[in-house]
Amino acid sequence: MATPIEFANQLREKFGELLSAPVEFRGEATLTVSDPGRIVEVCQFAKGTLGFDMLLDLSSIDNYGEDPRWTVVYELYGTGHHAHLRLKTSVGEESSEVPTVCGVWRTADWHEREVYDMMGIRFSGHPDLRRILMWDGYPYFPLRKDFPLAGKPTELPEVAFTRSAPLEGGPFVTVAGGKDAIAREPRVRNPEE
Amino acid sequence: MDVSSPASGRGPSTAEFGYNSKIEGEVVHTTVDAALNWFRKNSLWPMPMGLACCGIELMAVGASRFDISRFGSEVMRFSPRQSDVMIVAGTVTYKMALAVRRIYEQMAEPKWVIAMGACASTGGMYRSYAVLQGVDNILPVDVYVAGCPPRPEALLDALIRLQNKVGKETITRDLKRDAAPEKYGSLGIELGERGEVLQR
Amino acid sequence: MATQTIEFKDPAARASAAVAAASDDDIQDLKGDKLVLNMGPSHPSTHGVLRILVEMDGETITKAIPDVGYLHRGDEKIAENMTYNQFVPYTDRLDYLAPLANNVAYVLAVEKLMGIDGAIPPRGQYLRVICCELARISAHLLGLGAFAMDVGALTVFLHTFTEREKIYNLCESLTGARFTTSYTRVGGLTRDCPPGWIQAVRKFLDEVVLNIAESETLLTRNRIFVDRTRDVGVISRQLAIDYGLTGPNLRGSGVDYDVRKANPYLVYKDLEFDVPVGSVGDCYDRYLVRMEEMRQSVRILRQCLDRIPGGADNASREPVSIQDGKVTLPPKTKVLTGMEELIHQFMIVTQGVNAPPGEVYFGAENPKGELGFYIHSRGGGTPYRLKIRAPSFVNLGILPEVLPGHMMSDIVSILGSFDFVMGECDR
Repeated sequence: MATPIEFANQLREKFGELLSAPVEFRGEATLTVSDPGRIVEVCQFAKGTLGFDMLLDLSSIDNYGEDPRWTVVYELYGTGHHAHLRLKTSVGEESSEVPTVCGVWRTADWHEREVYDMMGIRFSGHPDLRRILMWDGYPYFPLRKDFPLAGKPTELPEVAFTRSAPLEGGPFVTVAGGKDAIAREPRVRNPEE
Repeated sequence: MDVSSPASGRGPSTAEFGYNSKIEGEVVHTTVDAALNWFRKNSLWPMPMGLACCGIELMAVGASRFDISRFGSEVMRFSPRQSDVMIVAGTVTYKMALAVRRIYEQMAEPKWVIAMGACASTGGMYRSYAVLQGVDNILPVDVYVAGCPPRPEALLDALIRLQNKVGKETITRDLKRDAAPEKYGSLGIELGERGEVLQR
Repeated sequence: MATQTIEFKDPAARASAAVAAASDDDIQDLKGDKLVLNMGPSHPSTHGVLRILVEMDGETITKAIPDVGYLHRGDEKIAENMTYNQFVPYTDRLDYLAPLANNVAYVLAVEKLMGIDGAIPPRGQYLRVICCELARISAHLLGLGAFAMDVGALTVFLHTFTEREKIYNLCESLTGARFTTSYTRVGGLTRDCPPGWIQAVRKFLDEVVLNIAESETLLTRNRIFVDRTRDVGVISRQLAIDYGLTGPNLRGSGVDYDVRKANPYLVYKDLEFDVPVGSVGDCYDRYLVRMEEMRQSVRILRQCLDRIPGGADNASREPVSIQDGKVTLPPKTKVLTGMEELIHQFMIVTQGVNAPPGEVYFGAENPKGELGFYIHSRGGGTPYRLKIRAPSFVNLGILPEVLPGHMMSDIVSILGSFDFVMGECDR
């Protein structure tokens, strides 16, 4: 039963400079793939030769203010050898496109749809890339750092509407002596109130 | 509320089945209001809109320990056409909102709504882009139940409060609503100054 | 979905008009037309708000498209605005049938990030295992009750709910809430168990085995139940791994992967228990796996109750949380009198527990599968990105593959045997 760092080194031997040096943190190994276009090759090697037959998780990070803006994170696991491995790849905002790994692990289908829905990263070659948690036609990508937690008002007749939750920016404050509980509720208030 | 009750200012409401009703042998004299209200309130069949964690407490209320059928809610009818009160139990998201509204519209009059839990009442602890901040943005709610989730006893208390409220209603309650359709918002319900849904 | 206008014409006139308008080829097509049925977000099966668009040819399903997201509440975005301890109540509401297990999984992930997962006192670890296993019994009881109710056996539902009421009583005396407990904190637990609680759990265990045995006599050899679940929803081993299934769904298909055995956490490596693995991968196997898991949980619980350091009444005053002011709240008596404790209290409450920059993934064996938390931290008290790997979300991805070929009434069996929770799936 090899440790994650050993698997990471085996991957690095095969792919050389495409992968960064493995970062070891809390017993886990993370490799960064410098070219997102070749992520499928790396995944296929990891699944076929190294035995990482399960893709546990596929997530995305918004590096707001940095370039490349998006990082896609793949969490791999092997049911035979019980080792985890993490692969990361970054892609810039102009292209926002990463090849899909649906051909390697079928579970990536729904994970990639969720990443598209929440972050807006497209996956080329995906069989059915449409929104999964929000509805088709929702104009924003909620998990981006520039999208507020409160949301923005939208309207799609017969399907769904949204409004801003009473939260826009800033801390919650209450008013001493408001006329009823609704007026006193701690919420964001404009300075003139 | 009961300012419109015919009995206001004249003593106890005649809409309630009570001491005004004379019993002579096997015949009971009472008002139509009182009789109808008595029938309605003691057989409120819920339509459980169990969306999230409050749905589990709703199931617990329907199970044998906190039996809701003791209070007349004999069956949890999952068909809106056969139920009287819709218990919105759980977080209503924007994606789900129009489905809830559509199901409410399919219910036959008379109908009432209990907003169970913090999420259904006001959006609860989920002040986010995807959660409707209170189901009263789309439905006229009769009773709000606080709690996250409310204890089954709290839901039963809400049901009893609803029964008391039903007991005070007059037979003309729906006629007022149909009289002035231009007052009502785009969803066919009357909106107040803050955009909240007013009572019928 | 586009809305269609319905014109109420006289049915006979409409039918004859249609026949007149159709040519021979059209009539052939009409005969072969498939029905699209919408199993809408609100349906009687108590699994929550899942919508499935089913295309059927007669009674047989040809295509199934699940539509999730009706309970998407934005947990991951909320997590970016909350401190690590403030997010614990949100984890309760993920898999709301087993909130204690979610709490434990989340704080274990945060503790792994901070590097203090080895420093949790043993009494705290045993209590966490007790919480996880109680949650497992509770979730499986409800899953089985709902499954049986959907398939038609209503009695089992009422029996399992009565047992769950006992678990609720235990949770209430331990944490203060029936469910949605928010019991764990980073570095330990909120409080120790109250006196008499361990004895109450022991008494409960004696009763629950009888109840499980009773449910088993009602279901396992029941001809109707077996007919409805055997060879229905068969998932092969390879397909299960490829689709990332975990938990009883994976083990029902024959893959022996249980996080408690593969990558043990807390005190699971010291405990003796077996992991049931199915052979065929049908609904009946998944049902049997869950039944046996409940019995194994009872076994684990008995061992924990016997071995818990400090015993039932904690006479030796073992701590349940790390006694480090930078991680857990100091005792209130000291906070109001000592300077350092006051500062620690203030920092933890307002700014949160300070986590180092880095990223971790931690997966725990939850009743529904492997609940994983991927935390990407850039220092400070709030995570930069928290991804919740929800087992129900991943398990539902296999529906478009499994449902076609079955009859419509098998949908209910398959969904019940998957035992998913929409709160977790949509987060």
